[in-house]
Amino acid sequence: MSFISYLINGISLGSLYALIALGYTMVYGIAKMLNFAHGDIIMVGGFSIFIVSTTLGLPPLLGILAAVVICTALGMTIEKIAYKPLRKAASPLAVLITAIGVSYLLQNVALLIFGANTKLFTSVVTVPPVTMGEGQITISGETIATIVVSIIIMICLMLFIKKSKAGQAMLAVSEDKGAAELMGINVNATISLTFAIGSALAAIAGALLCSAYPTLTPYTGAMPGIKAFVAAVFGGIGSIPGAFIGGILLGVIENLSKAYISSQMADAIVFGVLILVLLVKPTGILGKKINEKV
Amino acid sequence: MAMLEIKDLEVHYGVIKAIKGISFEVNQGEVIALIGANGAGKTTILHTVTGLINGTAGKITFNDTDITKMPAHKIVSLGMAHVPEGRRVFSQLTVLQNLKMGAYTRKDKKEIEDTLQMVYKRFPRLEERKNQVAGTLSGGEQQMLAMGRALMSHPKIILMDEPSMGLSPIFVEEIFSIIRDISASGTTVLLVEQNAKKALSIANRAYVLETGKIALEGNADLLMNNESVKKAYLGE
Repeated sequence: MSFISYLINGISLGSLYALIALGYTMVYGIAKMLNFAHGDIIMVGGFSIFIVSTTLGLPPLLGILAAVVICTALGMTIEKIAYKPLRKAASPLAVLITAIGVSYLLQNVALLIFGANTKLFTSVVTVPPVTMGEGQITISGETIATIVVSIIIMICLMLFIKKSKAGQAMLAVSEDKGAAELMGINVNATISLTFAIGSALAAIAGALLCSAYPTLTPYTGAMPGIKAFVAAVFGGIGSIPGAFIGGILLGVIENLSKAYISSQMADAIVFGVLILVLLVKPTGILGKKINEKV
Repeated sequence: MAMLEIKDLEVHYGVIKAIKGISFEVNQGEVIALIGANGAGKTTILHTVTGLINGTAGKITFNDTDITKMPAHKIVSLGMAHVPEGRRVFSQLTVLQNLKMGAYTRKDKKEIEDTLQMVYKRFPRLEERKNQVAGTLSGGEQQMLAMGRALMSHPKIILMDEPSMGLSPIFVEEIFSIIRDISASGTTVLLVEQNAKKALSIANRAYVLETGKIALEGNADLLMNNESVKKAYLGE
């Protein structure tokens, strides 16, 4: 029985990674850059909810809404100020290093404003827990909410890309910015929209992360951000279902390692599995190799 | 009044001046060829006209609209399509998705469908392969797709960059006969080609480019018989 509860907890943690990884993979897939500040946008989302719901005492839903609005605006602003001017830079490293810089900037600004003390976060999830197997397994409301929300968001994203005009424009931009421009697609606006969606997802991930693990510091987003990046690479970066599968697998491996092998070794095992996967399949589980015929 | 007018255009790549003050015009209904050796600046001119890069001096006017500083995605809806060098089809999308991408700026579904049928009629092969991923097409088929995709925007003028490059002789014939058809149906064509003989055979007028400058210009049949053109570009 305990195996099942470990598994469910793993899936829950994995769904969280998946949600964050979706943001990573969207931005990578379309703008072809790794936004290392993605995890810190989660932290900003967490603090937004904390201020609105805990400090001001407004309803949690309003807090989530505020977080989505603030993170979306922040993501688009970061893209415009920090990444866009570097889009034509000679080396792709320029924008990568900038992203790391933005990550530290966000952490330190949060440190200045909120201090280093851990804040207690009140859960925004109102889903009741479910008890199964004659009371031996209890699944928390946060777990249920995280899993359901991640699945819904993944499906919506896939439908959006497949069915909407803006989604098709994203596909075109991801493959060839110049050719997309020649089709009449506004490439800058498309990339901006990608960042907006990715950051909105980060806000939701922030709400769920801080509800499941109810503490908040300026570094809250850093480790989940890195894990989610690993999840995205694991599943095949650029692929939406890949990010989801990678996230779930990562969460499950991490939780089962903690339960059965060693809680100190869990992260080492997670990263070890990543290295193994990349040795066997460098593009990740669902990543595809682009075959070009001339 | 010219449909497309380029006046004193200069383009720099960093400190290197690639286009050194070029003026030319394209009139409604014409087929104009820009010919010249590798590095003469043919592609640069097309990229500047469609807004992919910005010139450093000069003026570009299209149907009385100044498009010198206009971004590429806005120029498309004025009625200018560009078939880029190397075709640049979206290799992971299907043929049909590629064609629909060409109609990105258009709203009327019925009109888009009509244009699609017109493109299929002109390129039956594209209809046969509409659900195939574009990356798996042959070079000639990709060229047809790139041309079909450009036609989907229902352009007044179509700019083609090296449409015959890397194609087998049979496909080269086919592509040029299609360009002739496109022109006959009323679309103006600005053609950049290394295959000068072929280009001159379908063009009304032509401009010969040499290292960023226009060396010669005139009616295509006159240029075809010009001794220096013959020597340098026609291999005679």
